[in-house]
Amino acid sequence: MSEPILSISGLSKVYKGGVKALDDVNLEIKKGEIFALLGPNGAGKTTLIGAVCGLVRPSGGTIEVFGNDLGKEWRSARARIGLVPQELSTDMFETVYRAVSYSRGLFGHAPDKVRIEEVLRSLSLWEKKDSQIRELSGGMKRRVLIAKALAHEPDLLFLDEPTAGVDVELRKDMWQQIAALRERGTTIILTTHYIEEAEEMADRVGIIRKGQILMVDDKDAMMQRMGRTEAVIELAEPLASLPASIAKFPVELRDDGKEICYRGGDGAGGGRQDVADLTKALIAADINYRGIDIHDSSLEDIFVGLVSEQEEA
Amino acid sequence: MGFNYRGAWSIYQRELMRAFRTAFQSLIAPVITTSLYFIVFGSAIGSRMEPIGGVEYAAFIIPGLLMLTLLGETTSNSSFGIYMPRFTGTIYELLSAPVGVAETLIGFVGAAATKSLILAAVILGTATLFVDYEIKYPLFAFGFIMLVAASFSLFGFILGIWADSFEKLGIIPVLILTPLTFLGGTFYSLDMLPDPWDKIALANPIAFLVSGLRWTFYGTADVSIGVSLGLTLGFLAVCTGIIAYIFKTGWRLRE
Repeated sequence: MSEPILSISGLSKVYKGGVKALDDVNLEIKKGEIFALLGPNGAGKTTLIGAVCGLVRPSGGTIEVFGNDLGKEWRSARARIGLVPQELSTDMFETVYRAVSYSRGLFGHAPDKVRIEEVLRSLSLWEKKDSQIRELSGGMKRRVLIAKALAHEPDLLFLDEPTAGVDVELRKDMWQQIAALRERGTTIILTTHYIEEAEEMADRVGIIRKGQILMVDDKDAMMQRMGRTEAVIELAEPLASLPASIAKFPVELRDDGKEICYRGGDGAGGGRQDVADLTKALIAADINYRGIDIHDSSLEDIFVGLVSEQEEA
Repeated sequence: MGFNYRGAWSIYQRELMRAFRTAFQSLIAPVITTSLYFIVFGSAIGSRMEPIGGVEYAAFIIPGLLMLTLLGETTSNSSFGIYMPRFTGTIYELLSAPVGVAETLIGFVGAAATKSLILAAVILGTATLFVDYEIKYPLFAFGFIMLVAASFSLFGFILGIWADSFEKLGIIPVLILTPLTFLGGTFYSLDMLPDPWDKIALANPIAFLVSGLRWTFYGTADVSIGVSLGLTLGFLAVCTGIIAYIFKTGWRLRE
């Protein structure tokens, strides 16, 4: 899991008109991992993917894929890369089977009915193989795009907002498909607006904003380092102030003294232990409470917090 | 990975399939249009015309009509072939695939040229229903049609990349190619024009194409076949150069 499959150094992209979409991006993707690239709209996610996949001409920097310079070995590199675009862009009058077969041929592979059937079945598209793509629902069209990207058995797969516009059931279904791909050794880079998606699937997470990578880390390590626990303790009687034994915790008194709000800990359970100690201290101080509402911050909380901090800075 | 012949073949096959999917528009409509020309200009009006250069009028107009359809259809087919993926966004797949300028041109331009050759064969077949004619130099005729089809497929490809609207896509074939072909000696010999219009007509490059094709049919032409051939080859070279530049810079293809 440590061999880099993609190395990006000093990548920049300035569009006509001076819009800087990527600004000195450095990123390394390990073989076999699922990497989630998170960022607000216009952060540069799609431009970054486009630069690796050949849709965007970088203004500067280097990209190495499978150990080779993409600029020099573009044919062999592209033959091993798959892309599922954000937009539902397909030939609407083509049948599902022919569209997927075309993709396989386009990437230099010999026709293989068994492989095409396997891909279509894995995405529950086999029954629709003779349907024109325009007859399919939005979710099924998205599956066709995935099937087209998988038809040439890529080692590196880019999924740009793979579950945008699909219902919850289909989204979870796709998560399973993506997990199955990883099991087969495919390295996956995905961008998503659904942070829950990254939290569910990703091994590592990168946060990009205004063309700059703000942070790249293991998802679990990021949540441990930046995660927080929040607990709201509803008091039986309002307090005018907090005694010293309680004030030593990261707490505040709010709602006219009716609630104590705790914010602290980490993403590895430290906060919950703190809350347990806090409740003991409340009892020791003879302060009664009616209930506790406790939750750990999600990756979304971390993402929003990080992006907001940068916005303010 | 070297030349991706499977990629080129996939594009070629798909483009041909697209034409068969729209067979009426691609093949039947031009045949009907050409038939109408034969009925009106060949049979109705042509029966009252004197032979031109020893060639019966209805037969005289065959190369011009063939050129008229060939230029329009080849340019439209090729431009549409590359414009539609740009318009619908499906070009992402082509740009991310291991295909370069050679595979792309063989696929798109090859398919457009093939469709044009099929169309030419169908039109010549249709012509036999209205008039008796013989092609004096069939191999030259085939070669010249191939050359024109390839050149205007490349031209159409450039047009399809240049256009950023359907209006622009249609403007060149309808407003430039068709009038120039009509004025390029499709229905008359340039020497039938009064002075100075016979000289001015030579500023029209299409006149050289019509003349060249007419020479391969009947052995007579308004201008030397060498000049027609040279001009066509020059046009082919210019279009190839422009396309090479487009792929090198990514103009209108890669952001």
